[in-house]
Amino acid sequence: MPRTPRIPATTYPVERFTLANGLRVVLTPDRSAPVIGVAVVYDVGIRSEPEGRTGFAHLFEHLMFQGSENLEKLAHFRYVQGAGGTFNGSTHLDYTDYFETMPANALERALFLEADRMRGPRLTEDNLRNQVDVVKEEIRVNVLNRPYGGFPWLKLPPVMFDSFANAHDGYGSFVDLESATVAEAADFFRHYYAAGNAVLAVAGDLDVDTAARYVEEHFSSVPDRPAPRRPSFAEPDLATERRTTYTDRLAPLPAVAAAWRVPDPVADFAAYLPYVVLAEVLTDGDASRLVQRLVLRDRTVTSLGGYVGFMGEPFAVRDPTALVLQAHLPPAGDVDKVLRTIDEEAERIAADGLAPGELARTQARMATHALRDTDAVLGRALQMAVVEQQRGDASLLNELPRLLGEVTEAQVLAAAEQLRPARRASIEVIPGGVQ
Amino acid sequence: MSAGSAVSAVPALGPDRKLVLPKAVERKLTNGLTVIAIRRASVPLVELRLRVPLSTVRLSEPFVAKTTLLSQTLFSGTPKMSIMDIAAELQTVGGALHAGADPDRLLVSGNALASGLDRILAILAEVLTEASYPGEEVDTERERLVDRIQVARTQPAHLARVALLKRVYGTHPYALQTPAPKQLRTVNSRALRTLHGERLHPAGATLVIVGDVPPNKVLDAAEAALSTWDGGGKDVKLPATPPLKPGPIGLVDRPDSIQSSLRIALPAVPRTHPDHAALQLANLVFGGYFSSRWVGNIREDKGYTYGPHSYVEHSAAGSLLVATAEVATEVTAPALLETRYELGRMATTPPRESELEHARQYALGTLQLGMATQSGLAGLASTYAGFGLRLDYLVQHAARLAAVTRDDLADAAAKYLAPAEAVTVVLGDAKQVESSLASLMPVEHVTLPADES
Repeated sequence: MPRTPRIPATTYPVERFTLANGLRVVLTPDRSAPVIGVAVVYDVGIRSEPEGRTGFAHLFEHLMFQGSENLEKLAHFRYVQGAGGTFNGSTHLDYTDYFETMPANALERALFLEADRMRGPRLTEDNLRNQVDVVKEEIRVNVLNRPYGGFPWLKLPPVMFDSFANAHDGYGSFVDLESATVAEAADFFRHYYAAGNAVLAVAGDLDVDTAARYVEEHFSSVPDRPAPRRPSFAEPDLATERRTTYTDRLAPLPAVAAAWRVPDPVADFAAYLPYVVLAEVLTDGDASRLVQRLVLRDRTVTSLGGYVGFMGEPFAVRDPTALVLQAHLPPAGDVDKVLRTIDEEAERIAADGLAPGELARTQARMATHALRDTDAVLGRALQMAVVEQQRGDASLLNELPRLLGEVTEAQVLAAAEQLRPARRASIEVIPGGVQ
Repeated sequence: MSAGSAVSAVPALGPDRKLVLPKAVERKLTNGLTVIAIRRASVPLVELRLRVPLSTVRLSEPFVAKTTLLSQTLFSGTPKMSIMDIAAELQTVGGALHAGADPDRLLVSGNALASGLDRILAILAEVLTEASYPGEEVDTERERLVDRIQVARTQPAHLARVALLKRVYGTHPYALQTPAPKQLRTVNSRALRTLHGERLHPAGATLVIVGDVPPNKVLDAAEAALSTWDGGGKDVKLPATPPLKPGPIGLVDRPDSIQSSLRIALPAVPRTHPDHAALQLANLVFGGYFSSRWVGNIREDKGYTYGPHSYVEHSAAGSLLVATAEVATEVTAPALLETRYELGRMATTPPRESELEHARQYALGTLQLGMATQSGLAGLASTYAGFGLRLDYLVQHAARLAAVTRDDLADAAAKYLAPAEAVTVVLGDAKQVESSLASLMPVEHVTLPADES
């Protein structure tokens, strides 16, 4: 087998500073294409929603597009797209992001737009009711009207976790969404959307001095409110196996997902990384352990996925989180057998170790994924913003391929040893659809 | 520029940047394969796209079954390498390759660390010249595919697409793009080897490689690896797609569906047609981006839907404009009414100057954004190559976009967006939506083939 190539790294320059109001700023210039990516990440997500208000963080994200201090409804979209850009926002377990990709000549405009809504969205009864309707349609299209909707990211956390923060449905119940009020939205904004609770990252074709001046000009007048204290969401590891099932009326075939807790992704980063690698050893491509065994040899599974974090973003999640495996089975497939085989393969790795080259080739592929994810200026800005927020230094993004490449076989074996049935939470989808 | 209310505080844009194309070189190998190499050194990777024409002249279920299964088993073995060897060797250079088929072509896509270019090309060459479709792997993939199709058939978006293609294309090969399980079950490894031998030829194929390697080195590497790939093969010319036949709403019953899937097809023209730029902008103003009239109406004003969207899709034999929305069951007819109203308004009244400018800037800006990554460049170059175009088309297209006037846009809208020309399909709970839909337009029940539902 040819020698594994040296794992390359990126050398994106990173300029970091903090404004007087507490806003942390990351600038990462790259003149290779005339485009910029702008990301604002707020340190609030699904886990911070109040009880009785499931889905509120996501609903609020929608409200951040409904007009702001200087802008009427629809104006944000037109200013971004009418300058040749694209935009969106998304709500995650531990953060909420807002972003644009623009031709480089729109840099100052993009910064103005983000600063304007950081000063305050236009919260009105009409906009709230309209967006509750839109979010309900989003939930219908993504969860309720399709097979395997919300599987496993909405279905498995309530099996694994006990606290409301970690277990509840982040898309929200229709009752909770319909009960939301403008006053609650205003409170949510005041509490969580402080400048000191946000990171702004700009990547792409920019001059650092000019960009820093624009940032200062547009964001320094955002009021200085204290950032809220972030609570711990810690829960103890499972001591005994948890297993549950549900019937999906639209699903034609069985499926199963299983999860095991992993070390704290931030506080215990070195112990966490081997699990990120293990997930790929198990599931990345036709040469991976579980695809070989379950899909190609036993044919007990037809498709397979494995990743760390319920939303599949290992470097954008905080504790507690998990390594997740999900599998779709053929008609009348045997979920117990699949879970037993996974246990067996994990034990085999822990006991017998990896094949020659197996770890190195997995790490090489992971490096490609990591590098590819940073090629787009927007992806780079988003990842740097989250890494800055959760890990205190955006330039860590340059180090990730190398750090993944330094994980040793002994560490992967030790991680595999932890995938024991007693620590496992799993959920089975029983097909209720026409077979 | 005005957006909503004019706001003096919103910063003006800096000067426009001219569209700059990356350095690209091209070589046609003696076996007929065209290789295009483009330099983008942003990350130390290479992106590959190999496009091989693979169409059929007649609507043929067995052909669709064979091309689909071939695309899923192309990398499952050669006399020298097992499926595991191929995947492991690719991984060793940080690489992976996948294939997919549509009615026009087989597309192999992949990437690797830049230092692995020679290795990924060597494996690609071995598979193209010696893929053996081992029986065991073909059996496994066939059953996986059957399962996936069974799942797809419970997805409203897939079913609505199947119904729309059938109604739009009739007996044209494009009418059928997903194989039926019973057809798949007739395909064995011998059939795949035969199809591969007959149709996977370098003549007419294009390999695009983008990345952090000097383009001339890329051409040499590709030539060294792929010049032994067998030449010959015949060019299949697809019949032109039939004209649209507007008619009653085609209603597909999906009992208990909590949303209805609206699909509207309208005529469109290829990228090289003189109306194309104006049509692209007319589509944007109607429903082609978030700032459009349709999104403003049925989402941001009425809350009927989450992600309404319209787009022009280009295929070798014709182009089509498609508008899609998933709407709450109880507002199915009102959503269709608003959709037809917005189409009618496009077709009969000129756009505002600001609408034209926003659409134009968006179209020009997204050209820049689309070229700003290795994978984006590779996808664009490969798609254009499939239509005989090169990246310099983008410069010409940008000039045409810049020249479109309000009159041009209004003319294109009248010609292509008129609701009278629309083919309409609704998939939803017929007992809840049929009578209100019938108050707008005649309704005709459409059943998908038994094997399709």
